[in-house]
Amino acid sequence: MDRELLPEGVTRCSFGKFLLWLTPWILILAWGAVSAILCLWKALNQTNMSNIFAFALWIVFDLGFIALGAGAFFTGFLTYIVGKEELKSIINAAVIIGFICYSSALGILAVDIGQPLRGWFIFWHANVHSMLVEVSFCITCYLIVLAIEFLPIILENRKLEQIRPLRIFGKNLHDIMPVFAATGVFLSFFHQGSLGGMFGVMYARPFAARGGFYIWPWTFFLFILSAIAAGPCFTILITKITEKITRKKLVPDSTVQFLARLSGFLLSAYIILKILDTVVWAKTIVPKAGLRFFDFYREGPYGLWMVVMEIIVCGIFPALILMIPRLRKDGRWLIAACILNCAGIIFNRFSFIVVTLAIPVMPFDRFWSYVPTWQEWGLALGSIAYGVLLFSLAYRYLPVFPKEKELNPA
Amino acid sequence: MKHEKPKHRYGMVIDLDKCTGCGACVVACAAENNIPVRPDESDKQRSISWMQLFMITNGKEYPETEVCYIPRPCMQCEKDGHGGDHPPCVSVCVATATRVDINTGIVSQIPTRCIGCRYCQAVCPYHARYFNWWDAYFPKGKGLERYLSPEVSVRMRGVVEKCTFCHHRYMRAKRKAEAEGRRELREDEYIPACAEACPAGAIYFGDLNNPDHKVSKLIKDKRAFRLLERLGTEPKVYYLSSKEWVRRMADNYLPEELKLVK
Amino acid sequence: MLPICFEWEWDIGHFIFFGFLYLILLIVGSGLSWATFKTILQLLKKEE
Repeated sequence: MDRELLPEGVTRCSFGKFLLWLTPWILILAWGAVSAILCLWKALNQTNMSNIFAFALWIVFDLGFIALGAGAFFTGFLTYIVGKEELKSIINAAVIIGFICYSSALGILAVDIGQPLRGWFIFWHANVHSMLVEVSFCITCYLIVLAIEFLPIILENRKLEQIRPLRIFGKNLHDIMPVFAATGVFLSFFHQGSLGGMFGVMYARPFAARGGFYIWPWTFFLFILSAIAAGPCFTILITKITEKITRKKLVPDSTVQFLARLSGFLLSAYIILKILDTVVWAKTIVPKAGLRFFDFYREGPYGLWMVVMEIIVCGIFPALILMIPRLRKDGRWLIAACILNCAGIIFNRFSFIVVTLAIPVMPFDRFWSYVPTWQEWGLALGSIAYGVLLFSLAYRYLPVFPKEKELNPA
Repeated sequence: MKHEKPKHRYGMVIDLDKCTGCGACVVACAAENNIPVRPDESDKQRSISWMQLFMITNGKEYPETEVCYIPRPCMQCEKDGHGGDHPPCVSVCVATATRVDINTGIVSQIPTRCIGCRYCQAVCPYHARYFNWWDAYFPKGKGLERYLSPEVSVRMRGVVEKCTFCHHRYMRAKRKAEAEGRRELREDEYIPACAEACPAGAIYFGDLNNPDHKVSKLIKDKRAFRLLERLGTEPKVYYLSSKEWVRRMADNYLPEELKLVK
Repeated sequence: MLPICFEWEWDIGHFIFFGFLYLILLIVGSGLSWATFKTILQLLKKEE
């Protein structure tokens, strides 16, 4: 039914089957829309956030999305600035994933702030000393850059390509892509870092506070490093899932192996620095506040298992898998490593957001617990559904994987 | 951000030996500042109380059990714990909706500018900041809307609010003083609602920069201490207690350091 | 945010921050404009 919209030379399932695939995601998206409308209409009491848990599930998803979407800028940097030709087969997918991640994050943020209509005050009444202002400026500009990077891919749709002005415009945009890629790298570096900086500057909250270099706490650099370690793995993961569902090979092995190996190096470097940072923090900032390392891990569900999960199970273990060629080349070990790597980043973000707030600072204050409401889950899962929908539409109608025809001879 | 020293530094000293935990300060604050309520106030994590009352005990069995009540307004911090000259909440606010008033040292809040990102709530270690999870609600038909003060704006949903040391009372006192041709306020001309309401006279308020004011003398008392002093936020709310166990509960101490605490 | 705003006090932090913001917006805007103008020029040329 939509044969004319499909890219040339490749096969796609029937339109009916495609609609069947989309249906559950549309339903989840509807759940998300209902949640968003409720929260905007009735105010944020629809969530279980409180004066203790000022940041909660949505912020975890925001930071998680932004960290995983780092694959876009990093792959763009390697493709257009460094000139790695083999990444051209995956850069489109990375850009689309990045666009999905950042638009989801901004969408969730629009509902998360108490007065969404005043969101522009961040720009108009900007407090340049606040890390969150830095984040907001950069992710807004970066979303614009991502949209511009996404546009040529959309214009390569078979039907749209037939319109001459659009075809020429798409080509011209593509020619200057290195300019946008470089801008994206600059913006991403700063907002990935500032997201870490946001927590490092909480000097009155010993769990999150860190020392640093000039105005940048060490979390600034650790967050950048963890994002570029996990981003490519997320791109590989989405590609592999797409390959599994469509039963096609979409990206050459050399590309995947290159990204996986690079991820392994970056993850290893990150884990070493993270362990160093944790030890230094536990020996300097923590005792200065009159606390011990174990004071943070004795209440509620947040035990030492979190440190073990974040650093060992989701850090050292996947780093080893990605560094050992025999394991990296094995499909199942590779997927496992990618999942654990991404999970580790989410763990890290969760730890800084939720655990920081759960742990009392005043000695006579108590530990608080928090469970999200269905409205919070709705918006969070709805944004994942939006991502699946957008990626599915992009895969079906756009030449997302340039090597698809070559790898799947008819 | 300007880093001038404020001309006046309004601070508070709360004598915990006198505080009976009656809660008059909490009620007076709520009445003075148009604090909204909920039909069901049992969700303490989301109810708003600029002045919060804590109860601590020394943990011993009867007859050695001792109890102490700690009223906690906004600490009006002076530093961010890392050498910066502004409170943690002011340096992180994205829309400059919270500022330090250069004349009084009071940390103000601009509700119409706050976008409700709650970053300031996350950085405050005293949990002194409250968010409007609902629209402002006052029980209807019980005459409560009559006590709403016209000097304090009622906040809308989705914004953060906190104790302002009844800054509107400062404005009122200043206007009165200027009408009388004076620029300086007397010690008794500006006191917040909580200090005025305390039946035990446990809350003292004044200018910490003025050596004649009672508070500047009291902070030098050997019973004086502050909450979480080790974090380096330099709060302007001091407490007095003759009990060592109370002073110990005000901050975190490592086991080996406890011997050194007076 | 804009240089013409009253009551805004410019300090070195603002210069750096907004300097970069305007630079980024300029680069992105220029890139888009360049692509648009080149497209229009190519369309006009071919049609002649």
